[in-house]
Parts: sequence; C-alpha cells; structure tokens
Amino acid sequence: MFLINCPFCGERDQSEFSSGGEAHIVRPKQPTELSDDEWAEYLFMRKNIKGIQFERWNHVHGCRKWFNVVRDTSNDKILSVYKMGEKPPVNYK
Amino acid sequence: MPNYRIHKTEYIDETKRVSFKYDGKTYFGYEGDTLASALLANGIHLVGRSFKYHRPRGIISCGAEEPNAICQIGSKKDLTEPNVRATELELYEGLEASSQNCWPNVKFDIGGINNFISPLIPAGFYYKTFMWPKSFWKKVYEPLIRLSAGLGKSPTEPDPDIYDHKYVHYDVLVIGGGVSGIIAAKMAAKNNLKTLLVDDKKILGGSTIYQNNESIKIDDKLSSEWLKNEIQEIKKLSNLTIKTRTSIAAYHGYNFLLAKENLTDHLPEEKKKNKIRQRLWKIRAKKVVIATGSIERPLVFNNNDRPGILLSNSINKYLDYYGVTCGENIILFTNNDSAYETSISLHKKGIKNIIVDLRKSASSELIKQAESLGIKIYFNHVVTNTFGYRKINSLEIMKLSEDGNTTVGNKIRLSCDCLGMSGGWTPMVHMHTQSGGKLDFRDEDQVFLPKENSDDQISVGSCNGDFDLENIIDKTVNKINKFLDIDNQDYQETNIICSKENDKRNIWLLPNKIPLGKTKCFIDFQNDSTAKDIKLALKEGFRSIEHVKRYTTTGMATDQGKLSNMHALGIIADTAGVKMGTLGTTTFRPPFTPLTFGTLVGRNVGKFFEVVRKTSMHEWHVENNAEFENVGQWKRPWYYAKNGENMHDAVQRESKAARDSAGILDASTLGKIDIQGTDASEFLNRVYTNAWSKLAIGKCRYGLMLNEDGMVYDDGVTTRISENHYLMTTTTGGAANVLSKLEDYLQTEWPELDVYLTSVTDHYSTASICGPNSKKILNKLFPNLDLSDENFPHMSFKEDKLENINCRIMRISFTGELSYEINIESKYGNSLWKMCIEAGNEFNLTPYGTETMHLLRAEKGFIIVGQDTDGTMTPSDLQMDWIVSKKKYDFIGKRSLYRSDTIREDRKQLVGLLTDDPKEILEEGAQIVSDIKSKPIDMLGHVTSSYFSPNLNKSIALAVVRSGKTMKGQKLIIPMENKNINVTVSDTIFLDKENKRLNA
Ligand SMILES: [Zn+2]
Repeated sequence: MFLINCPFCGERDQSEFSSGGEAHIVRPKQPTELSDDEWAEYLFMRKNIKGIQFERWNHVHGCRKWFNVVRDTSNDKILSVYKMGEKPPVNYK
Repeated sequence: MPNYRIHKTEYIDETKRVSFKYDGKTYFGYEGDTLASALLANGIHLVGRSFKYHRPRGIISCGAEEPNAICQIGSKKDLTEPNVRATELELYEGLEASSQNCWPNVKFDIGGINNFISPLIPAGFYYKTFMWPKSFWKKVYEPLIRLSAGLGKSPTEPDPDIYDHKYVHYDVLVIGGGVSGIIAAKMAAKNNLKTLLVDDKKILGGSTIYQNNESIKIDDKLSSEWLKNEIQEIKKLSNLTIKTRTSIAAYHGYNFLLAKENLTDHLPEEKKKNKIRQRLWKIRAKKVVIATGSIERPLVFNNNDRPGILLSNSINKYLDYYGVTCGENIILFTNNDSAYETSISLHKKGIKNIIVDLRKSASSELIKQAESLGIKIYFNHVVTNTFGYRKINSLEIMKLSEDGNTTVGNKIRLSCDCLGMSGGWTPMVHMHTQSGGKLDFRDEDQVFLPKENSDDQISVGSCNGDFDLENIIDKTVNKINKFLDIDNQDYQETNIICSKENDKRNIWLLPNKIPLGKTKCFIDFQNDSTAKDIKLALKEGFRSIEHVKRYTTTGMATDQGKLSNMHALGIIADTAGVKMGTLGTTTFRPPFTPLTFGTLVGRNVGKFFEVVRKTSMHEWHVENNAEFENVGQWKRPWYYAKNGENMHDAVQRESKAARDSAGILDASTLGKIDIQGTDASEFLNRVYTNAWSKLAIGKCRYGLMLNEDGMVYDDGVTTRISENHYLMTTTTGGAANVLSKLEDYLQTEWPELDVYLTSVTDHYSTASICGPNSKKILNKLFPNLDLSDENFPHMSFKEDKLENINCRIMRISFTGELSYEINIESKYGNSLWKMCIEAGNEFNLTPYGTETMHLLRAEKGFIIVGQDTDGTMTPSDLQMDWIVSKKKYDFIGKRSLYRSDTIREDRKQLVGLLTDDPKEILEEGAQIVSDIKSKPIDMLGHVTSSYFSPNLNKSIALAVVRSGKTMKGQKLIIPMENKNINVTVSDTIFLDKENKRLNA
C-alpha cells in the first residue's frame, strides 16, 4: 500500500487516491484534423513500462486534485510528485 | 495414564491443572501448555491422518511450521474452527479439540486403504485420473474426493465473536522477540525512537529463553538468564510497545504491515465472553527490523513420517520449556551440531539417547561434551528405514559411502520410541520477500538469505543466516547501529561463549538401497508428496519450481511448505544437475499463517458491512411498505407493496395511476453537480454532445455525455439557473464518476476555463410529480406560482417558496407525462414529501418506485444509461443522432463518432421489440436470433429492457440488435430454454409519439 505525497495535502494512504494512467498525453487541440490512426494513437495507445513511469493520480477522497507521479514500477517506489502543468523532473528518463 | 512430564519448568504452572478434551476423551495439562505439549505429556503422538494416503501422523514441531497436528476446535456450529495448529494453541480449561481428516477415528481410518494402493496415486494423480469423462466430475469424482479429503469443517452459522482493527504508526517495528529482536528493539527505543516489538508467542525470548547448556554463555551467565535480564530491561522502556501473541500476517509495500493479535484464544470460554477475540493491526513503520528466526529442517529418508518422529529442536523445547519428554528411548538423526544440544539436555534429564550423524566426524566443544557424557554417536551413518505403524518402535541405519551417494555395509537395527531429525536451519525469509526483497543462496550451508537490505528494512539474527550466538549478537548490534544511524555502546563489552559450529553435511534426499519407487520419503507431510513425486514430475517434463509445486501439490497445504519447500528445491536441483541457487524459490505469499475471516473483516459485519445511503424520505418509504433496490450505495424504493401485493401487481397499479392521474417519485438520488464560473457555458459545450451557449436563463436541457471513444457515458438534464450558474443532474450510479471525469478535463486539459464544480447530490432532496393532475397538485403547493404553459413551459425552471423555504422547481419529464421536479434543501425533504402526498390525496397521487419509473420511461423509449447501454453504444446506435451537434467544432468523443468502427452500419443498435403474443414478457438479457436452424446460431443481440405495459395492455421491450435500425417490422426469434418466442422489431417509442401528454 503506497504512501502518496499529495502536492496539496501531504502524505496520505493509497486508499485515498485513484490512478489515472499515463501522464503527459495531451488531448489534441484539433481532433477533427486527425486521421483515424492519429486519433487512435491518442485514444488507445499507452505505455506499460517496467521501470520509471510517469503517471496521473487523483486525490479522489481528499482534495480531489489531479497531479503527476514518477513511479518505478519495478519496485513501486514513488520518485517524485508534481502538480498538473508543471514540467516533469528532468533527472528521470 | 502415562506421564511424560518429567520435570518442573518456570513456564508451566503445575498449581493450575487444566482439563481438556481431545477426540472426545478428557485429559489434563497445565497452564502454560500448548495443546501439543499437553498431548505429548499424555503420551499422545498420533494426531491425524495424512491428506492423500491417510497415513498416521504425529506432532512434528512446536510452532507455526507444524504440518500434522492441525485440529478442529470446538463443536458449536457458530464457533468451531478448523485447521488450528496444536503446537500454537495455548491450553485452556474446557478446550475441546479433535483430529481432522480421519473417519471414523484417528486410530482406525478407512482412508488408510489409500496407503496400500499408493503406487496407484502418483503425482498429478487427481489431474490425470479424474479429468475424463467430463460428466463424471460433478457426480462421481468430486463428491468422492471431497469425502475422503477435506481439512476440517467450516462453521455453519455466523461468527458471534468480536474482532477489531487498529491503525498505528511507529518509527521502528521489530518483528520477532528472540535475541536479535530484543537487542534491536532495545537499541531503537533507547535512542528515542517510537518502537513496536511483536512476537507470536506468549512470552518473548525465542529459542534462547529455555537454553540451558553450560557451553553457551553470555557474560558468564546461561544465555537464557542473560536474555531474561534483557527482557526485564526493555519492559521499562517508555517508548517501546511490546505485543506478544501477535504475528505479522503480511508485509506490503511502503512498510505497511498487517499483524494479528490474539486476545482471547487462550482463555476459557466464560472468560472470552464480550471481549475482542482478535485484533488486526495495520502498521505503518518508518523502519522495519525483521528478526523472525529460522526453523529446523526435517531429513528426507524412507518412512520419515511416522508418529514419534519430530524435529530435534522441538524435542528440546518440549523438554526444557514444557518439561515433557517425547520418548524414553530417543534417537537423534542429524547433519549438524544442533541435535547435540537436544542430546545433552535429554541426557541431563536422564533420557537415554543416541546420535546418528551424517558427518564423517565433528569436533566442536558441544560434540566433545556429548562424547564425554558417554552418548553413543554413529558418525557417517544414515537412517534408511523406520518401523512401527501408529508410532515408531525401531529403525535401521547404514554406513554412508565416501561420496555420500550410497550406503555400504550391513544394516544396524536400533530400537527407539522417538526419533529427532535435524537437517540444519532454514532462515524465515518470508517477511523479507513479501516486502519485495530478493534472495541470495549460500552454497556452504544451502540456505536462501535476504540479498540486500534497503534503507527502511533489514533482517537480523538467524533469519539473516547468522546461526551462532556470537555472530547473532555482534552482527545485530552493528547492523542496527548502521540502519538506525545511531551509536549504541550497550553491547560493546558483551562476552559470548558459543561452542556450536556451523559445519554441516547437506544431503537433500538420503541414499537408500531400496529403489526410490518403493520408498516413502516424505517431503510435504500435509499434502503427502514424496521425493518420488518430485522426480516423476521432472521426468514428465516439469521444470519450473512453480509448476512442480502445483503438479505435486508440494508446499500447497495450510503450512505453505514451511518444512518442505527447501527439500523440493534441493531434489529438483540435484536431479536436474543444476545449482540450487539458480532455481529461485517459490513465492512466499501472505498470510504467513492462516488468518480468520473475522480478523480481516473486523467490525464491518452486519449493518456495518457496507455504507448505505438513504434519502430524507427514507422513513416514509419504509412506513409505506416500500421494497428497496440498491442503486450504488443508495437504497431506492423499488415498488410499494400495497395490501400485500407482489411486484408485478404493484408496478401495474403504480404505472397506471401515474398516467391516469398522478404519481410521485423520490428522485433525490440523482447526481447533482453545481457548475459555476464565467466559462460554465463553454464547459458544457465541450462535455455534452449538444449545444449549450444559447440555453436561456431559467431553461432546462437534456444532455448526453460521451467518453472520448464516442460511447455514451451518462445523461441527464441541466438547468441554467443564472448567467454563470448551472445545475447538472447525472444518473444515480454515475454521479461520482461523472464528477471525477469533469474534474479531470477541467484540471488537466482545460485549466484555462473559469469553472467550479461542486457535488450537491446530498444537499437537495427531490420529489418528482407526474401525470395529468400534477399541475393541480403543484397549484395547491405553490398557489402563487403561475403554472401556465406560457409562464412555465416544459423544460423550464422556477423558484418559489414552500412555507418559508426556497424550492427549485423544474418542469421536466422522464415519464412522458406533464411533470414537475421539486428540489428542496435535504433537511426539509421529508416535510416536502409529506406535503406533496397530502396535497395529492384527492387526486390519487400514487408513490411509485424505480421499477415503475423504468416501465414508464420504456413506454416512451427513453434509455437508461447502464441498462440499455453498456459502454459500446454511440448516440447513433441509440437512434439519438438528433442530440449530436453538427455545428460544434469539438466535444468529448466527437472525433470518435466517425472512426471506421463507429460508422459501421452493422453495429448493434437500439430497437423496440413487440412479442407476437402480447402477454409474453421477455427476459432481460435474452439472446436474439433470426435463424435457429443453421448451426452455429448467429446471435444478433439481446434484450435490454422488458415490461408488461398496463397502459398499452401489452408486452414491450427494448433491445440492441445488429443493424437493428434497418429491421423495423422484421420477425425475430428469442430462443429460450423451453420455447422460442416470436417477436417483431418496432419503433423504440411505444406511447404518445407526438408528446401530447407533456402538455396535457
Ligand atoms: Zn490532496
């Protein structure tokens, strides 16, 4: 059971959060301009990395804020937490 | 009655005699005994039958690893408990226990016949034999297996005991109260760290607490005396909490651990009453010290499973801790020094014993001590067979060849009434691996050890592979100082004398002249798997340890292979000719020892099992015979059973009344989201498929919300309350998810929008009044409100006061009738409802539930998201193209509406179905076909909603059918178990296509 450091509330138990999948997938500004394949790329394709992964989490039973998490999926260690709109930390690739 | 209790110890209170029943017979023990020690004191070894061959089995250990002595406790239907280890169960007055897995009784067991046909029951026997014919499984094989197998009986009535949960936070958690655990806890607590020390036993001290060998000393004292002193000291430390009778069940990530504390299991029944039985501790610790110790390994030789064969160290504990000897003529069979401690202890108490040692020679102080006492030692010998059916009475030994691969010379027969085995020690690395830690293999003594210690978790003592006392104490102190970043000097001067050495001759499967196929060398005592089974599995091509384990069932019994996993691995490695360390281990899964369901559930039983949400009108519904339906966590009136009606009759009455005069529905559970901000209109434009910018203040609009994949996600009516203020309603079940989804877009995709969302579902109660007389009822409630169609048309909103309380009134309809929804602050909900009922009395205002609501909306062809849709329906599939704006540049899901898959003509589409026999009601979920002759039958779709409509006097249904839009008028078939039902595809709207009733 993770301890997640919500950037707005501090450390809380995992049961207060829900996971929102891969981070930094930006919704296309002009979906109508995209081909089926390009739209499908946005809609369906997600990474599932063993190692360092950028994820979105929602403090759903807390402040309700969405934020980003850098997590090493091989050992579940959360390496960094940052707010929506902030740049991902550069020291993780 | 024989008495094997031969001396007094400080752990057994001989002034407190305890009577207990075992297999119906009364025995006596003392306070301080476990069931196992009390049975052994009474000379009872035979405690059960093995799982497959039903061989007699005896107590083998003194702890959690026990595979044989598992019993059924109590006989009451609600309190009986199976699979309790007699070696862990503390004796109490009135305890009733019985052996398991034997019928009619432990001494005469019919299943024992399996022992004689055992050549016919090889590994994978059940898989191979009972697979075919398939029809035999349910009626023949399964009942047969269940009858002859079965590990005890479950209680058949609810558990009356109380269980508890507790959350705690500590700086340091120490698991295990042996020497190293006590040292670690003391060092942590003395350094001002809030520390918790847990141990599964009644008292602290592990196996050192009863150590009384003169050649193992600390600071010139017996190691047990020294340790008792340490325990006295740590009990004085104010920031150390000690929990005994508490075992760690699971070690999860981020140092989150579950522990089970036994509070009353050791008390007589009258003292258990009204007390919490077990408590589940949910522990978060900044740092965890694992000091779980190690368990002794058995040895694998022919007939190594007879009652009277125990682990050598357990014989020692029964003697020195409980004062009980396991026999009067004992043989100890060993490959290392540990058995010599047992031997010397036995000798001191006057118990005759000899040693059979696999090693060619050994020369530690301990061995010299045994030799000087005149104890006979057979070096370089191996036990090749044992004899005695219900208890061992003799055995055979032979000399080992030079390489240890075979036996030489003549058999020597030795008589005995007890055999102790010592195959060395297995570190208990369960906690380390559960926490995600990896293991290393140490070739020298063939043990798996924790590989690396992380910043927040460390293993010390014998679970870390340090077996002699000097090593244990020195290493523990050094490691803990480093781990906690402290500089504790308490043990700097400690002087340790330990005459034991680590030297060991490890042979996993001991050699024998008899061919393996004719031996019974047990590895897993509880599941009856043998060395032969492992070899057979390898011969049949199994390679992975995980596969061999499942195929032979080795390590899959309630003891989870604590005694067997290492031997299975060793034999696989030897047979396959690979290094054991390269095989890996099986996964150690929680719980370490079985947990009761009660402990896991805690207080969340009965009415606390699940959160229940009730509307303000709930009590009125109860008083008026409502049957309730669960919608999410909500309790919604399903129908009101007037004068003992059944559901069908109630629904027919309710739905007729709603169309003929007036009906009232508690609509409080619909999700309500308050939307405010200067960009609120733009936001709605982006989340709904239709256009919102031009909705006038005071008007309502129905909206359909899609997922980004174009599939219908939710629907509901949204009202524009003022320029920048909307109230959105969602489905009852979808409310929380819709809010999360909207927040997601707002916070992550469109942070530039000035919009604020607040869930107000619980803030307002809603009474929905429909039917031709609803306007008259509204007029009675709100006499000053102009209800004319000009002032208050369909899809509009007004505010007015009821008495002094503000109400929001929407003229919207989910039934197709003239209809009003009155919203009021929830605390007035019940009053509002009662006033409505009173005002409606003269118009036969009839309360109706969700079933009638579903029927009324189906007559009008209105969908219910989640019933008529399942996450694969586009608006077009629902024949709702009218609600998708062509003009809007973008909204959630728009682009997906013209993907190649969503524009397919042959998607499943919503249609109406009319049965040829108007009285026939279809079953929801029933499959729809057009041709039942050609096989395989082509499935076209299924029924999503089906009712008998009293207003139309016929059966109606909604369904999703492949290419359904083009099939109006076509005949289809619904094949049921006993008959085929003929139906015709129709329009989805069955009643009032012109919407005249909305303005009736
Ligand atoms: Zn938060």
